[in-house]
Amino acid sequence: MLRQLEGSAAVAETVALCRPEVVCAYPISPQTHIVEGLADLVAEGRLQPCEYMMVESEFAAMSVCIGASAAGARAYTATASQGLLYMTEALYNASGLGLPIVMTVANRAIGAPINIWNDHSDAMSQRDSGWIQLYAETNQEAVDLHAQAFKIAERLSLPVMVCMDGFVLTHAYERIDLPSAAAVDAFLPPFEPRQVLDPADPMTIGAMVGPEAFAEVRYLAHAKQMQALDVIPEVAGEFERAFGRPSGGLVRGYRLDDAETVVVALGSVLGTIEDAIDAMREEGVRIGALAIKSFRPFPLEEVRGALAGARRVVVLEKAMAVGIGGIVSTDIRMALSGRQVNGYTVIAGLGGRPITGASLRRLFAEAVEDRLEPLSFLDMDWDRVRAELARMAEGGRSGPHAENILREVGVVAGRSH
Amino acid sequence: MEARVAAPSLAVMDGARKRFEVRVHGRGGQGVVTAAELLSVAAFDEGHHAQAFPSFGSERMGAPVVAFCRFSEWPIRTREPVAEPDALIVQDPTLLHQVDLFGGLDRDGYVLLNSSRDIEELGLAEFAAGFRAERWLTVPAGEIARRHLGKPLPNAALLGGFAALSGQLKLESVLAAIGERFHGAAGEGNATAARECFQLVARQMLRSVSRA
Repeated sequence: MLRQLEGSAAVAETVALCRPEVVCAYPISPQTHIVEGLADLVAEGRLQPCEYMMVESEFAAMSVCIGASAAGARAYTATASQGLLYMTEALYNASGLGLPIVMTVANRAIGAPINIWNDHSDAMSQRDSGWIQLYAETNQEAVDLHAQAFKIAERLSLPVMVCMDGFVLTHAYERIDLPSAAAVDAFLPPFEPRQVLDPADPMTIGAMVGPEAFAEVRYLAHAKQMQALDVIPEVAGEFERAFGRPSGGLVRGYRLDDAETVVVALGSVLGTIEDAIDAMREEGVRIGALAIKSFRPFPLEEVRGALAGARRVVVLEKAMAVGIGGIVSTDIRMALSGRQVNGYTVIAGLGGRPITGASLRRLFAEAVEDRLEPLSFLDMDWDRVRAELARMAEGGRSGPHAENILREVGVVAGRSH
Repeated sequence: MEARVAAPSLAVMDGARKRFEVRVHGRGGQGVVTAAELLSVAAFDEGHHAQAFPSFGSERMGAPVVAFCRFSEWPIRTREPVAEPDALIVQDPTLLHQVDLFGGLDRDGYVLLNSSRDIEELGLAEFAAGFRAERWLTVPAGEIARRHLGKPLPNAALLGGFAALSGQLKLESVLAAIGERFHGAAGEGNATAARECFQLVARQMLRSVSRA
């Protein structure tokens, strides 16, 4: 049914329709509304049987999900930012053990400096954690991806992260077609675990593995992610047949036919990018976009195919690998190995800085003329950066960067010197 | 039942617009975010595509807060903040000297301020003259809300005024959105306040039309 809903509320409702038997989470902005919504649904008896467990930390939340999943329960959690980092050790355990937990990541920056706003630093930091990572462009897709995520996770016995932009999506009200309970039940069969801790049939999960077999067990995690390259589009196809709308999958092209310039991005910024591309197309610029929907596994073949006609590729990233620059760009380069393509990495929207259509059109105009640096930063205030670098160069006690820059911006912070 | 005053729809003069964008300014605790959300629900009820989202600053009571709502006949793809609003709703007039309230406002834009003083008394007449001044109005939404809710929360009341001023949404849709969100006494109080604001604004507009 079509409703005007907050993204978080819609995700909570959809997760409930997927009938998790254990929900265990620790609240953190901007994920809070999702888990509050689920807590309400459990408390009101609208989601049952389900145990909503209160714990003291994200590390505990993921640990409970691991235990629940190993005992054969469909388990769900959600987090963001520092919360995701705090559960890192358990994340690797969930994937290493092959437990099909589903988690929403309400993407948010990582401190220091502390910042509650949106970017992709949190999920990107767990790129190699062994979790499948799917990115939602809209709240409709966030809803749809959750139903798909449980199916993908359980078919492969691997955990799945559904990444949705914090605030930009989680706190946005928009038109959402919420699936019915019957439709979700028909789409998502009950969880049949591949491995289960059962007192009637005792076994252990989580053996210590030495050099004699570690590589083989680890390789299986990779092999399953490679299988996910088939399973993700398969499930997206099943979803489209059941619900009548495309959602998810590995990649999605926008106006790629004859596009000489292709902008690659993940998540909700694609909407703003598409508007900018339409405006430039009207001026005759041959430009298109490629949405990466599955970042892990990374669909090398599909990306290579989608970029086959591109002369230049602009990768717009909402995260940064300090010390080199792009994160997604590295994978795009891998997909394009052996091909001569002008590649540009643009870091944008860090810590919630708005990515505007006007800035994108300026950026793309520079790109189509190959006037971009290999690594650039959208709407960076270089004067402030230079001023702080100069202060450092003077030597002595130049003070903390965050407070120094905030003072220049005019935001009150800390004591003045 | 109160008699309904029909609001002359100034928006008709603009012809069919592709998209209408509203920026709501207020302070933490006044329901700024809720106001934008309710607008989007009202627009959705009328068959529009609508998007509402907040711009959270410091999450604390009293801090300046901005929220956005855009609606359109077409799906809305952009996620950027509303930089060039067609309408401004200002829930707290003390923001006038603190925040760049009018930044990017369309020359033909609407401004609705929560105040018992009029535009001239607020010292805005000269500035408003650079716009279509007849589209700049104030309404004592906080006082009206205090009467009907017991609390000076102006957000829902102002939406009634917005419906009258902009002609973009029907009062009925705004009331339905309020009814969906607030229940019991809060629902009735907010609905009554919104209705009263609608009528006050509609009367001011009739006066300004008859003067012209």
